[in-house]
Amino acid sequence: MTSAAVDKDAGRKSVSSAFARPVWKHGLYAAAAWLLAAIVTAAFPDVVPWGSRDVFVGLLLGGGAVLAGLAFSVEKLGGLGRGLIHYGPWLIALGLWFALWELITAKLGWMPKPFFSPPHGLLHVYIVDWQRILICIAYTARLWTIGFFSGIIIGFTGGVALGWSKTFAYWGMPVLRLIGPVPASAWIPATFFLFPTTFQASLFLVALASGIPVAILTASGVNSVNRAFYDVARTLGANNRYLVLRVAIPAALPHVFIGLFMGLYYSFAVLVVAEMLGAKYGLGWYLQFQTAYSAYANVYAMLIIMALLCSGLVKLLFVIRDRLLGWQKGVVQW
Amino acid sequence: MVATTLRAASANAAGLAIDFQTVSHQYDLDGQPLPVLRQIDLNVGPGEFIALLGPSGCGKSTLLRLAAGLERPTTGDVLEDGTSIASPDPSRVLVFQDPTLFPWRTVRDNVAIGPEARGVLAGSQKRIDDALRLVKLEAFASAFPHQLSGGMAQRAALARALVNDPHLLLLDEPLGRLDSLTRLTMQEEILSLWRHAGYTVILVTHDVEEALLLSQRVIILSERPARIKSEVVVDLPYPRRRDDPRIVAQRQTILEFLGFSA
Repeated sequence: MTSAAVDKDAGRKSVSSAFARPVWKHGLYAAAAWLLAAIVTAAFPDVVPWGSRDVFVGLLLGGGAVLAGLAFSVEKLGGLGRGLIHYGPWLIALGLWFALWELITAKLGWMPKPFFSPPHGLLHVYIVDWQRILICIAYTARLWTIGFFSGIIIGFTGGVALGWSKTFAYWGMPVLRLIGPVPASAWIPATFFLFPTTFQASLFLVALASGIPVAILTASGVNSVNRAFYDVARTLGANNRYLVLRVAIPAALPHVFIGLFMGLYYSFAVLVVAEMLGAKYGLGWYLQFQTAYSAYANVYAMLIIMALLCSGLVKLLFVIRDRLLGWQKGVVQW
Repeated sequence: MVATTLRAASANAAGLAIDFQTVSHQYDLDGQPLPVLRQIDLNVGPGEFIALLGPSGCGKSTLLRLAAGLERPTTGDVLEDGTSIASPDPSRVLVFQDPTLFPWRTVRDNVAIGPEARGVLAGSQKRIDDALRLVKLEAFASAFPHQLSGGMAQRAALARALVNDPHLLLLDEPLGRLDSLTRLTMQEEILSLWRHAGYTVILVTHDVEEALLLSQRVIILSERPARIKSEVVVDLPYPRRRDDPRIVAQRQTILEFLGFSA
C-alpha cells in the first residue's frame, strides 16, 4: 500500500522533469532586451557617425542568442549557472539600458554631443586605441605595484617597530601623528622638485599614501595585543623574536588588513592625480590627454577599465584577507 | 595509558620545591605604590599540591606570577630547588583563568607553542598528540578556539601546559569560568594527572570545597596586601568525597578563617 503510493509519486516526478523542464524566464527576457537594443542600434541612423556600430550590433545579437540558449540549459551549468540566474535581472536591465542609451545619444541626439557617446562609441575606442590603452595600463601597473608594495612593506615594518619598541614609539609616533593626516596629494608640488624624475616623485606619493595607514594601524594593532598572550608565550619559553613574529604580528593582523584596505583606496586616488600632472603614459595621463582633445568617448572607455581594475584589486585583497583571517569567524564581524 | 606514556617520555618529571622567602611585592599604580604581598614565607615541597584561598584581588595571582618568573619580587626572594627564579621557564607553567588560546591557531598548534618556542617542534610531534589525547581533545586538533566550548578550551590550555613536562604547575583559577558539571570533571582530571606525573601544583581558587577536594594543604591569605593568615593540612586519601564529615568540618574551619561564621 505505502510502496504503491511511493511509486506513484516517483512516476509523477519523473514525468514532470522530462516534459516540463523549467525554463529560465529571466534569461528569455534578457535575450529579448538585448535583441531590442540590437534593433534600436541597427534600424535607426546615427545623428553623427561613431564607428563600430555593426560590431556592437553583432555583439548584442550574439549575446542575445547565448542568453536565449542559456534559458533552456542554465540548470546544467552548476555553480556558474546559479551565478547567472542570480544576475538575471541585471542582464535584462543591461539590455534595456543599452537600448535607452543608444536612443538618447546616437539616435535622438538629446544628450549634448561631444560630451556623451553611445555604447558603440566606447566600443570603437577599444577597437581603435587598444594598443595605447594597453601601454597605459602597463605604465600604471608598474607605478602602482612598485609604489604600493614598497609603501606597505615599509609601513608594516615601521608599524611593528612603533607598536613594539618604546623608543621607536617615542620618536616615531609624534612624527607619524603629525604627517599622517596630511593628504598625500598635498605633497605633490614639493615632491616634483624634490625628486629627479616625475616617476620617482609619483612612486614616493603612492608609497606614502599606502604606507601611512598601514603603519598607523599596524602600530595600534601590535599595541592592543592582549598582554596575557605574551605572558603565556613567555612562560612556555618564547624569546623576543618569537613574541614579535608569532604573537604580536598574527594578533595584529586584523588591524593590519584595515590599514591595507585604506592604503589601497588612497593609493588609487593619489596614483591618478600624480599621473595627470607629469607622466608620459598611464591611466591618469590618458584621461587628461583625451579630455584636452575633447575625446570624451575615450575618457569613458578608460573609466570603465579603471573601475574594473580597481574593484578587481579590492576583491583580491578581500580574498587574501578571508584566507589569512579565517580564524576570526565568530570572533570579530566586519 | 596515555598518561603513562606521557610520563614515560619524561622520567625526570618530578616536582620541584618552591620557597617564598619573606616576599613582599608592590605594583606602581599611577605613581602610587600599591602593596599586594606582605612578608610571605611559604615552602612548597616537591610533588606537593597546595591551594591558595583568599578574598578576590588579594594578590594570589601575583604569587603565581612570581613563581612563574614573569615578575621579580620587590623584596625577598623566590627559590626553585634552592636557586633564585630570574625569568620564566617552561618547567614552571602557568594556566590562567581564561584559556588564552591564540585564536589564530588551531588547537594542535596552540598545544605546540611550547615546543615551537624552544625550537624542539620537530621532535615533539608525538608528545603533542599524547597531550591532546590526555585531555581528550584529539578529535578537535584542527579546530579553532572559537569553535570550542569553555571546558574544551580550558582543557586545551591544560594540554598546552602539560606538553612541556612541567615540574611545577601553577593554576590560576583555571576552573573559575566553567559550569559546575564541567568543573567536577576537570577537577578529577587535574587530580589524576597530578597523581600520575608527580609535579608540584599551586592552585589558586575561590572555592573552599575545590581546595579541600584537591590539595594536601590549604593556605589562607588575608585581604590585600596579602599575608598568610592560616594554613590547613588536608591529610585525607584520594579520591575524596565532598560529603565526607572531615571535609565538611574543615570547610567550616576555613570559612571561619575567611570571616564567615555561619
